[in-house]
Amino acid sequence: MAAADIVDSRSALSRAWNNKEARSVILQILTVALLFGFFFYIIRNAVINLETIGKGYSFTFLSAPASYDINQTLIDYNSRDTHFRAAIVGILNTLLVAVSGIILATIVGFVLGVLRLSKNWLMSRIVYCYIELVRNVPVLLHILLIHGIVVNTLPVPRQSPSFFSESVFLSNRGLYVPSPLPEPLFWATMIAFFGGIVGTVLYKRRARKLQEETGRILPVFRVGLGLIIGLPFVVFLVTGMPMNWSYPELKGFNFVGGVAMKPEFLALWLALSLYTSAFIAEIVRAGILAVSYGQTEAAHALGLRTNRTLQLVIIPQALRVIVPPLTSQYLNLTKNSSLAIAIGYMDIVATIGGISLNQTGREMESMTIVLLIYLSFSLVISLFMNWYNKRIKLVER
Amino acid sequence: MNKKTLLGAGAALLLATGVANAATLDDVKAKGQLSCIVTTGLVGFAFTDENGRWNGFDVDFCRATAAAVLGDAEKVNFVPTTGKTRFTALNAGEGDILYRNTTITMSRDADLKLTFLGVNYYDGQGFMVNKNLGVTSAKELNGASVCIQTGTTTELNLADFFRVNNMNYEPVPIETNEEARTNYLAGRCDVYTTDASGLAATRATFDDPKNHVILPEIISKEPLGPAVRQGDDAWGDITRWVLYALLAAEEYGVTQANVDELAAKATGNPDIDRMLGTEGDFGAMVGLSKDWAKNAIKAVGNYGEIFDRNIGPDTAIGLERGLNALWTEGGLMYAPPIR
Repeated sequence: MAAADIVDSRSALSRAWNNKEARSVILQILTVALLFGFFFYIIRNAVINLETIGKGYSFTFLSAPASYDINQTLIDYNSRDTHFRAAIVGILNTLLVAVSGIILATIVGFVLGVLRLSKNWLMSRIVYCYIELVRNVPVLLHILLIHGIVVNTLPVPRQSPSFFSESVFLSNRGLYVPSPLPEPLFWATMIAFFGGIVGTVLYKRRARKLQEETGRILPVFRVGLGLIIGLPFVVFLVTGMPMNWSYPELKGFNFVGGVAMKPEFLALWLALSLYTSAFIAEIVRAGILAVSYGQTEAAHALGLRTNRTLQLVIIPQALRVIVPPLTSQYLNLTKNSSLAIAIGYMDIVATIGGISLNQTGREMESMTIVLLIYLSFSLVISLFMNWYNKRIKLVER
Repeated sequence: MNKKTLLGAGAALLLATGVANAATLDDVKAKGQLSCIVTTGLVGFAFTDENGRWNGFDVDFCRATAAAVLGDAEKVNFVPTTGKTRFTALNAGEGDILYRNTTITMSRDADLKLTFLGVNYYDGQGFMVNKNLGVTSAKELNGASVCIQTGTTTELNLADFFRVNNMNYEPVPIETNEEARTNYLAGRCDVYTTDASGLAATRATFDDPKNHVILPEIISKEPLGPAVRQGDDAWGDITRWVLYALLAAEEYGVTQANVDELAAKATGNPDIDRMLGTEGDFGAMVGLSKDWAKNAIKAVGNYGEIFDRNIGPDTAIGLERGLNALWTEGGLMYAPPIR
């Protein structure tokens, strides 16, 4: 009786194993169990080891004074502020380089992508060579190269050339430009600007409605331009140009006043943008090529002019191919910005994940913060791009 | 996203392997070599020469420790680290001892869980500028760009110094001494600040060392010394007494040249005899052989010899003994008695 049971259960197991579906379930359960086991093991290990060396896991160090200075801060900061504030400074610096990088990379990438398809043989070859060269060299080398060029070839402040009647200076300490100091009345210009944006949106809605009802097309672009740029400009003039400028001036060792773009930011921004733009160019090319030429012919046959064809037929379809890989390029750029550490740009990795970590010895806590920050940056970018992708998706009726 | 998860797992694993192992001596003996954490490169202190061999003041102490522990000064594995990575490297078990121009501070001792063994160089933070700037005092540095190694005490001293003196500056954070050298020479920063010994060592590598001055102000106390992981007192004792033995050797006139002769039989000077193992067995007290100190001195010479050979007045770095002279010569170097 017992022997029969064993044979039975054995055959039940082997039957389950031979069944394709059951087997895949078993394998998946095993994999998940192993994964959990692994994470349990390393986390437990970390906890035990932290305890052995007498280090707890606590974030109280964040409220202690950081005691170090940071050369580029978007908010007020001095060495008496806390590690928490230093972390915020770092986060903002990371955001600054990521956002400006994404903007420049997108613009350059789209231009290069279109030029790559140019009918001009020389142009398309040159762009082709450029793209292949840039994307096959590690981004770290681009960063070091540009930083090296900026620091070693540009003159020191005392010999730096000036442009626009001594208001812009270029030296190996950075690019110094005048910074605006708005006076109280400048609010009127700001209000006009935002009013212009709202007006343009309303006007665009009306134009669309009018077009759907009567077929008449209103000049949305020109009116929008007038409202968003022209109107604030007129208000600015009428209120008597309520704006002062702080000009950079050579005082002692460095320029004082104005606003500076440091070599570290410049190198990181340009390197990340140019590197990523090469990939974006390929994505754009693929997107445009993915739209069959028949679409253009059909649009022309309907009597649409070339720019309308591009705007209404080709680009919307190309975007559907472009956006998903573009998202991953944006993520890459953001994450690559952590290479800032190579040239001393004070991003999140350099502040909380670097100096704070080192001065306080709180490795686990600091790295946790850095991890969470990058994770949330990536998730936000993904969410936004997925939302955008959904919006431009082909609407099937 | 996946990259980040991996990094986290990696960080956790790093800590996992850094188990505070109680018996470092056994580990070192089992491996047959001493892992010594040094700088990525600072002429005079720890650098690789043209033959790829590690050389320098700190390096000699590593070799002396290996000679005392393993009987062979060549059994050293050098682990180069930056100012930022050195403590993690030590605590994660990548090295058995840290000899890397490291300032002894309370928070490092207590919070970073290190055990400092003593001072092998009394230093202080200074500033170096190009002569043609015409600066003669650190108080004239308002508005300057300052190259600074991140993750070091110099960074904190610098912030305090400029704040207390109501001056502004632009910190240019760099990772290694080599980077500082490049940035300073290219004029990215007006000033390079680090320990005065480091400034002298860096200046020695310039094409025109005479055009650069080290300003008179020394803005901090920087007692540099070796450290080991906290929690292994036996290992701390061994390494501490190797350092003391090298100091004592200079005091007693034991040199690389005469150590063999002096160790051959009792000299009648009990201090020397105890140290060299011809009286009592002080090596056994810390788990080493009888000739531990003899091996260390034989390998690299006494403290004075190490100093003179690597960074002393006759080298390109040209540091005076100053505070680092023996206590008998008016300096601060003082080894407790071996008895």
